[in-house]
Amino acid sequence: MKVTFLLNGETVEVETPPTQTLLDWLRTTRGLTGTKEGCNEGDCGACSVIVTDAHSKRALNACILFLPQLHGKSVRTVEGITGPSGTLHPVQSAMVAHHGSQCGFCTPGFIASMAASHANGRTDHDDTLAGNLCRCTGYAPIIRAAIAAENAPVPAWMIEPDAPQVPAPFAPETLDALAAWYAANPDATVIAGATDVGLWVTKQLRDLDNVVFLNRCADLQTITQTADTITFGAGVTMLDVHNALKPLHPSYAEMVRRYGSEQVRGAATIGGNIANGSPIGDNPPALIALGATLHLRYGDKTRLIPLQDFFISYGKQDRAPGELVTGVTIPKSAPALRVYKLSKRFDQDISAVCGAFNITVADGNVQAAVIAFGGMAGTPARAQKFEAALIGQPWTVETVHAALPAFAADYAPLSDMRASATYRLAAAQNMALRYFADLSGQQVSVLEVQP
Amino acid sequence: MSTTKPLPHDAAALHVTGTARYIDDIPTPANTLHLAFGTSDVAAGKITAINLDAVRAAAGVVAVFTALDLPFANDVSPSAHDEPLLATDAVHYLGQPIFMVAATSHLAARKAARLGNIAITAVTPILTIEDALAANSRFEDGPRIWTKGDVDAALGSAKNRLQGAIDMGGQEHFYLEGQAALAMPQEGGDMLVHSSTQHPTEIQHKVAEAIGAPMHAVRVEVRRMGGGFGGKESQGNALAVGCAIAARATGRPCKMRYDRDDDMMITGKRHDFRIDYDVGFDDTGKLSGVDFTQMTRAGWALDLTIPVADRAMLHADNAYLLPHTRITSHRLKTNTQSATAYRGFGGPQGVLGIERVMDHIAAHLNLDPVAVRQTNYYAHMSKTSAANTTPYGMQVTDFILQEITETLLKTADYATRRAAIDAWNANNPILKKGLGFSPVKFGISFTLTHLNQAGALVHVYQDGSIHLNHGGTEMGQGLFQKVAQVAAARFGVPMDSIKITATDTAKVPNTSATAASSGTDLNGMAVQNACDTIRTRIADIVAQTHGGTPDDVIFANGHVTTNDTTLTFAKAVMLAYTNRISLSATGFYKTPDLAWDRIKGSGQPFFYFAHGAALTEVVIDTLTGENRIVRCDILHDAGTSLNPAIDIGQIEGGYVQGAGWLTTEELVWDDKGHLKTHAPSTYKIPACSDRPALFNVALWDAPNPANTVYRSKAVGEPPFMHGISAFLALSDAISSCGKAYPSLDAPATPERILAAVDRVRS
Repeated sequence: MKVTFLLNGETVEVETPPTQTLLDWLRTTRGLTGTKEGCNEGDCGACSVIVTDAHSKRALNACILFLPQLHGKSVRTVEGITGPSGTLHPVQSAMVAHHGSQCGFCTPGFIASMAASHANGRTDHDDTLAGNLCRCTGYAPIIRAAIAAENAPVPAWMIEPDAPQVPAPFAPETLDALAAWYAANPDATVIAGATDVGLWVTKQLRDLDNVVFLNRCADLQTITQTADTITFGAGVTMLDVHNALKPLHPSYAEMVRRYGSEQVRGAATIGGNIANGSPIGDNPPALIALGATLHLRYGDKTRLIPLQDFFISYGKQDRAPGELVTGVTIPKSAPALRVYKLSKRFDQDISAVCGAFNITVADGNVQAAVIAFGGMAGTPARAQKFEAALIGQPWTVETVHAALPAFAADYAPLSDMRASATYRLAAAQNMALRYFADLSGQQVSVLEVQP
Repeated sequence: MSTTKPLPHDAAALHVTGTARYIDDIPTPANTLHLAFGTSDVAAGKITAINLDAVRAAAGVVAVFTALDLPFANDVSPSAHDEPLLATDAVHYLGQPIFMVAATSHLAARKAARLGNIAITAVTPILTIEDALAANSRFEDGPRIWTKGDVDAALGSAKNRLQGAIDMGGQEHFYLEGQAALAMPQEGGDMLVHSSTQHPTEIQHKVAEAIGAPMHAVRVEVRRMGGGFGGKESQGNALAVGCAIAARATGRPCKMRYDRDDDMMITGKRHDFRIDYDVGFDDTGKLSGVDFTQMTRAGWALDLTIPVADRAMLHADNAYLLPHTRITSHRLKTNTQSATAYRGFGGPQGVLGIERVMDHIAAHLNLDPVAVRQTNYYAHMSKTSAANTTPYGMQVTDFILQEITETLLKTADYATRRAAIDAWNANNPILKKGLGFSPVKFGISFTLTHLNQAGALVHVYQDGSIHLNHGGTEMGQGLFQKVAQVAAARFGVPMDSIKITATDTAKVPNTSATAASSGTDLNGMAVQNACDTIRTRIADIVAQTHGGTPDDVIFANGHVTTNDTTLTFAKAVMLAYTNRISLSATGFYKTPDLAWDRIKGSGQPFFYFAHGAALTEVVIDTLTGENRIVRCDILHDAGTSLNPAIDIGQIEGGYVQGAGWLTTEELVWDDKGHLKTHAPSTYKIPACSDRPALFNVALWDAPNPANTVYRSKAVGEPPFMHGISAFLALSDAISSCGKAYPSLDAPATPERILAAVDRVRS
């Protein structure tokens, strides 16, 4: 594939196999060794680079970014964050002054994340740096550096020239073209953000030749709203989903704040998180609890289904070969929606259990209840027996307690390295108690406790 | 003077610009080969057949090696010669290297390494402490036992008595730079090895054995590591030896770096422990007898287990005067990765054992856990006596935790916060806060006494610039900068006069690993010695030429002054040069006053102790076990700090790493011995937001009574143990849920915390 993009301000044209990662190419072909490989799976951030397009500037993990995904974009590595003749960027000088590096191996990745945040005026450093692991410093001096650099002007060299825009056959620009191509190539691998497929390549060492890239398909990247609903195109990244959710569904948005990391949210798409059918994807429980409708398209045929029906069994979804997930629609209002993500670490950790609760109470009684979990079964799944035990009952803590045993009939979770089956079931039940306390106005999150 | 200044890390500007070079960044010749290991997928068994046809046929493969293809020693052990580079007839853990591929690219080597067809007749693996005890599978002929006094009598007559146990998991180092090595064949069969190692001499030694050459034929260079933490003390041997063997066989440069998952599957981690305790004490909580049984999984090979397990025994007292004591240590052999050095080297495990005891006693007597600790402290250095002696017979003469504790409790507002937390807990049914205090007294010196030596090489050039070299390695801890500060101080020159250079076995030979927190103590002194040799020569010629006595010549502010004459340092150096005086010197240092018998468990294994104390506040969710550190206050004794910024960095980083060990970092093996947490997706080191929201770290600024370099103290490992305060705080929060003692095990994941909450309530 012939890929054209800007690297540190200069146009490069690369003939590349479809799954060559940016990191490998930078380090081995270009000799730009400032960007490091720490984990080769998008979890440590040592390979972070800044990617800019017309829409945004964001830090991404170069280790699971395929070169064709960069077509028409601008890439800036640590070498290009350093100014002409070695002038330090404000985040670089602050990191030196505040002792933010010890072994230094994670540092270029931190610099890329910090410079991207700095350019975007972000000051939520714990969130923007959640995807950069440091084993030496304990992070305190890095945060001091990030704060110190906040008010420094963005250096002129950080402004990207326009990247050349050349049509690319491997990345259709309209949904019509994409759907037609995929219907004709149903065995192809569809690549959106590559936060999942990237690991097929870097860890499973699979060769993927027959691929199509979604990230130039503008039709998939729209967020459309009606009076009552909001529809996310399948190609909307989780970073943009997060921003759109904040005013509408704050609890869901708070979960998404912890979903992956800044780099992962900047690449991952909501469509990808649904279409890969993972039993531990974090969006489906919340979307199911919201009664989401899934949009699918095969060639020129479209269909809409309730999202919960999409997940048939482990590894099996209601999607024909060659059929695309194109979007998802949810209501804009669900004041009783709460989403609880449970993991060993708060940030950038895959959920052991993710629960989403959405009940409607009228005249003190539960009128409707939609409750869905990830991590409890082979698919994201409703707690239907538990829901049934609530519906029609008075909304009291006694009702919740009385209904708890139904969870054991809804779910038979597995034990694995994240949690035991016993704990998963107990935590799911306790989340129902938390939900009651939460709606009653009690403090239920340790994250809200300040020193 | 350059010492005591908070200067940035010497390579800070290189780090932030991405120009600091690590092994994989070194430009290599175009014909360089890349290596990968093919590994065992069973934990224990006999190899019956190896078919590597598919490996050899894979794209890019140039050479394939099995144990049969190794020309000389097949061993990468740092101790007992029990660790073949490539498995011979049996495999001993899941992940053990069996064959090695050399290919034209890293990816080609990794792909080919998965194509091996290896028949193994599996046997039931010994995986757990219980398995190993049942099978009597162990290193050494039996448990190591050290005693002081008559513990059985003391326990029998104790007013109060408690038994309990604590399990503590291991810990993956998760150095951000994975293991890596590069071997470049030289003329005449010599080998130049670049290795990410804490122990260049060990690499030199093992490579020499493997290529059948004397050590003089092998040169090892280490500019820096991207993190070590003990994980690069011995675990880099396999890569360096593999590269050297392949380079010798092919005549081409060979590089090997582990992919992260391979790194975690192949290399050793911190030793996990179970510690059983039986303790007697009076109504004030004062101990009368302590009986510890420490059991550790050493994994399949000996590696450094003996000194690690010894150090756990040596820290079973931590800060407390144990009267009658027995410490029994079982070093168990299991079919898992060979556990290895990790920051603290067994010390943290031993300390956690006695800290659990202190906590349990306080809970039992309903006393303040800080008060129980203060009751049991060693006597202060001003009041020491022959009775103030460790279980291994060393008198404690420098103990200062009384005033460190009192100061910390005051600055951290302990009493007020304790009351506020109790009130908060009474009003919050779901969330509970907890407060945990832990002190540390950590022994400084290698317990293998002969390792307490270091060498240095210093050149002063005609222009007054100075080349600095020593046997210590830089892994991020700031050693190079601290030692350069010493050199600059000796010559009275600015820091930019000093060139820090890569550790190199051709410059300083026979070095000890940079480990045991000893880097600055040993190498700083060796450098001081070398500098002073040259300084004396310069002083002599300056005094001879310009009058005055050599002892009165002053080196300061870039100048050399005698009587009324002041020369620039460069002029003084030129004077020496033109008078044909050597401006190059080696330096050497050996720690004084050490004597240790590890079999008897008796003697003076340490030169001095480093101290500190931490107070952590946490909040837990009693419905899910989720938890968070909200505040931490630390007061730490770094002696007269050579560089307060670097030392505080070690304390902040050590605390977070220590807290990670005991909270989010969980190693999980399945019942086949397969490590299921072998990548950062499943093994969770602390992330940015896991650091305490309020984090106050201060240095206890007092000179080391022992004669160390500028009266500083070692600071690499001791602060790691401050993380124990976070674990104790979690236990305290759980305690607020009911009457029973939580008996929390580590790591305190949300799952373990919820289970403990349930126990306390029932």
